[in-house]
Amino acid sequence: MIGLILASASESQAVSLHVDWVALITAVASVVSISAGLFFVLAGTLGVLRLPDFYTRLHAAGMTDTLGAELILIGLIIQAGLTQMSLKLLIVAFFLFITSPTATHAVAHAAYKAGLKPKLGKYKAPDVDGGLK
Amino acid sequence: MRFGIILAIVLAATWLALSGYFIPMILTLGVISIVFVLWMCARMSILDRETVPYLSVPLTLIYFRWLFFEIVKANVQVVKAVLSPDLEVSPTLTKIPYANDADVARTMFANSITLTPGTVAVNMENDHILVHALLKEMSNPEDFVEMGKQSAWAIGEAVRET
Repeated sequence: MIGLILASASESQAVSLHVDWVALITAVASVVSISAGLFFVLAGTLGVLRLPDFYTRLHAAGMTDTLGAELILIGLIIQAGLTQMSLKLLIVAFFLFITSPTATHAVAHAAYKAGLKPKLGKYKAPDVDGGLK
Repeated sequence: MRFGIILAIVLAATWLALSGYFIPMILTLGVISIVFVLWMCARMSILDRETVPYLSVPLTLIYFRWLFFEIVKANVQVVKAVLSPDLEVSPTLTKIPYANDADVARTMFANSITLTPGTVAVNMENDHILVHALLKEMSNPEDFVEMGKQSAWAIGEAVRET
């Protein structure tokens, strides 16, 4: 992708620097979108590792497949432009909006029916300096 | 009959969008598949509003745009909570009253709750939805009233109030 940015700003044979602005803006927008998506995926993963119980971890996982996945898909759509590929990506994004909450609800509901009690009330991360129990 | 035609159009559009080939053999296969699906649906007599909800897809897309901004807001809150060194969270279970009887509206509402990070619909009852929230301030029943209205509008069950 950096290559794309560099390629769009490639120097022509003449002295003047020739910049393809549309390609540059497209590349930058898609890189920004994909990076933001990756940030949310990373934060979601950290959340799954750090949060205390099953139900709270679901929230962190939900973050990964909403904004994380959607921003990555938006970045890919920007990169693909007006093609059949971006139409397919749009359909993937739409299905993700429908299926991911359904799956999350199914898992949460199953846990609730099975009698898993959620941890309620305030929770704080254990103090590392004081030693983990 | 009306739903059959709508379903045929949607299936044809899906086929063309996903295949991208316009050669006679592939198109013939598409027609055969569409006729087969329509025949099966008619045989099972499930050609009704619930199987063919495509008339409200434009409304749903407008609703998704509204929902997307809600999701962004909620995501920022959850990211802040998860990445803070103390990891201060306050999980709560709340009953959110919801009276709409239509199955599609209920599904849409519960799905919207679950899709928004920080809240997950855990159990559906007749008059309320049990919601697990990551942060206490996310579980205010009043905050869900707007989402309930919007989601009912999105599947064409209610008139939009602005």
